[in-house]
Amino acid sequence: MKAVYSSIAVAAIAALGLVPGQAPGLRLLFGVIVPYAAIALFLVGVACRVIGWARVPVPFRIPVTCGQEKSLPWIKAASLDNPSTLLGVTGRMALEILLFRSLFRNTSSELRTGPRLLYGEEKLLWLGAIAFHWSFLVIFLRHLRFFLEPVPRLVLALQSLDGFFQVGTPELYITDVVILAALLYLLGRRLGTPRIRYFSLFTDYFALFLLIGLALSGVVMRYFVRVDLLSIKQFAMGLITFSPVIPAGIGAAFFVHLILLSALLAYFPFSKLVHMGGVFLSPTRNLSNNNRMSRHVNPWNYPVKLHTYEEWEAEFHDKIVAAGLPLDKE
Amino acid sequence: MAEQTPRPEQLVQISYRPPKQDWRDPSVEFRKGVFCYSAAPKNLRYLGLPNPREWQPFDNDWKLPPNWKQILIDGLKERLGKYRSFRLFMDICVRCGACADKCHFYLGSGDPKNMPVLRAELIRSVYRRYFTLTGRIFRGLAGARDLTEDVVKEWFYYFHQCTECRRCAVFCPYGIDTAEITMMGRELLNLLGCNINWVLEPAANCYRTGNHLGVQPHGFKDSIDFAVDELEEITGVRVEAPINRKGAEILFIVPSADYFGTPHYYTLLGYLMLFHEIGLDYTFSAFASEGGNFGLFNSHEMIKRLNAKIYSEARRLGVKWILGGECGHMWRVLHQYMSTMNGPADFLAEPVSPVTGTRFENARSARMVHIAEFTADLIQHGRLKFDPARNDRLTVTYHDSCNIARGMGLFEEPRFILRNVCRRFHDMPENTIREQTFCCGSGSGLGTDENLEMRLRGGLPRANAVQYVKEKHGVNMLTCMCAIDKATLPGLLEYWVPGVDVAGVHELVGNALVMRGEKERTTDLRGEPLPQPEVVHA
Repeated sequence: MKAVYSSIAVAAIAALGLVPGQAPGLRLLFGVIVPYAAIALFLVGVACRVIGWARVPVPFRIPVTCGQEKSLPWIKAASLDNPSTLLGVTGRMALEILLFRSLFRNTSSELRTGPRLLYGEEKLLWLGAIAFHWSFLVIFLRHLRFFLEPVPRLVLALQSLDGFFQVGTPELYITDVVILAALLYLLGRRLGTPRIRYFSLFTDYFALFLLIGLALSGVVMRYFVRVDLLSIKQFAMGLITFSPVIPAGIGAAFFVHLILLSALLAYFPFSKLVHMGGVFLSPTRNLSNNNRMSRHVNPWNYPVKLHTYEEWEAEFHDKIVAAGLPLDKE
Repeated sequence: MAEQTPRPEQLVQISYRPPKQDWRDPSVEFRKGVFCYSAAPKNLRYLGLPNPREWQPFDNDWKLPPNWKQILIDGLKERLGKYRSFRLFMDICVRCGACADKCHFYLGSGDPKNMPVLRAELIRSVYRRYFTLTGRIFRGLAGARDLTEDVVKEWFYYFHQCTECRRCAVFCPYGIDTAEITMMGRELLNLLGCNINWVLEPAANCYRTGNHLGVQPHGFKDSIDFAVDELEEITGVRVEAPINRKGAEILFIVPSADYFGTPHYYTLLGYLMLFHEIGLDYTFSAFASEGGNFGLFNSHEMIKRLNAKIYSEARRLGVKWILGGECGHMWRVLHQYMSTMNGPADFLAEPVSPVTGTRFENARSARMVHIAEFTADLIQHGRLKFDPARNDRLTVTYHDSCNIARGMGLFEEPRFILRNVCRRFHDMPENTIREQTFCCGSGSGLGTDENLEMRLRGGLPRANAVQYVKEKHGVNMLTCMCAIDKATLPGLLEYWVPGVDVAGVHELVGNALVMRGEKERTTDLRGEPLPQPEVVHA
């Protein structure tokens, strides 16, 4: 049901994108005010979240160690999975953020009769996740051609690389196919695995449907509905230079794409999607396992009530004497 | 109790199909065998903890303080402002479910709230309700849940079905560590006086006497003296085991089970032999007579209160540095918390092995060295003479204890030592060792008898991997370096894999160690006859 509700919610948002076509008076609202508000919410919201986390102290150095510690010189340490230096931590974080190292470890489990617990490689989740995220990044970068004039060579190169297979006209972008396949896989997995469906929230489906809607509306515009790219570029340049214009050539398909993007941006800081910023700050990953080499300071370390040696000796005085152990106070 | 425990073939009928009941329904059933009893009020009083009273989890009325809700919300707020880990882990989980089947309690029980993701959602849902805009407005739709007494009971149930082993955190793409969540959950429950006795009694004992078992100075001395006498019988060598001796070079700290429990005790014999053989200038302390720290299972403040005696005793005795015995969560505290909480240890010297001259660079600030690091260095320098054939009775595997695995990364030293002291060593399958090791199911203070069924369930993945090497290689001895493992794995293995025993690494060291002046050894440290040299037939 949560999946149904959230898909309805996303469909409703998409339908809003059809409004400006029907009520030209609202073009300003949907074409300028909503996008600006969404961008502002996104930037301010994400900044607030990240600053909010960063302001909270890290009282203890608690990396989760996933390899041999640095100890004796003749024992090879796992410098990335259990880093003891800043360089190692940087490497660990880079692997985590760029390649999803931890998710790559994922296993499946199965209980057979015997009992026999079996664990297998389970790379699909990793593949789905990395396919989605990297496609999203490439698509985002490709979109820079609408916002920059002249279009940077790097963006053009990325674009032609993405269209490498030159299938059809306009040529098919690999990332368009990959991102939709990955999102559908992630949705299918969420719905199709009983235990994952069990704990999935409305918001989990909502984020997925928003992204699917966004990708689909983009694909529709590129391959199925004729849109006026020149107008869109004019519109995008207007937005980014703070002199917004809504050329007549901007149609319903584009408004749907735009409203879904606005919804995603506005929703982002209030959702789990903030993991984009949070992943950098995770204390179990971004700290060296060098606790015994250099002291970590807790800014709010406070004195606690103790049972001191003197109190202990006083309490057990006779027994200490009887056991023939030395006393501090005779 | 025993007759109520299901047989293995019953216990293993585990369904992973989620129930009809929505997880946001907090109701739980406190069924015998799967929960721990409440802490006795005397222990709370001794430690000065809130709301001491007589109550049990299966009671209807938990006698919470009248303003319990405000206490919890204030407590949550305080912790969100003090621990970035907690704050972040409340916000960034995407519920991908990679952690779900990594938990031994989920694998052994099939209870969906034992999936780490849902265990965290138990608090997250309350966090969203009272601390986030979307949660306040959209409630259930945003995954928010009201805080009710039933939620408190649910927290108590599930935060005492997590051993803080951190296996899930290895697989989490954001490093969300359920141990952190569980520690916060328990701290919050602690504010209402909802604690378990198996944690608080040892903590209270430790605060008073210096160790979890409540062994007083004369008892400690007797225990060590007994070990010295027994060693003389086995080896013919009289070793010294000084206690509270000022001016020794090294203070040696062990978990109290080492001198009061079996099979831990044989490990203690191993240490004593080793130290005698290398002529180590060391001392025990009858005050700092516990390295373990049940504070870790209660609150950060309690960790600090119980841990403080280690540095203070090192200072009082005037030692140069500290050596620590085989223990799991003890080392999580010593490695990741001690120096921050009770340091700096600038009154000690940087640890140097008096035998080999090796500087333990990795301990140069906290100035406490793990016995496995110390012994591995001795062996590498050829300073010990072994007769590994004395362990030929044993086909050995090694269980990486959670805390030294995922809170430290001590993997190679114990294996290096074992390969030197025994001749038949086989690791368990790779998904069940090292950073992916499975908990014994009784860690974090859950090792009590009334909780036996849940422990057996949680221990299933570990035991099952042992069964694999037993069948494949004939393994009959599981070695490990954790006091809770040594206390609880024998029973676990007897239940799931009869015929496999449990020992500390330094027990096998003691068995194999050839001492100067020793008599001809006829038994190992357990009094079992040594295997006869194999006769070679032509």
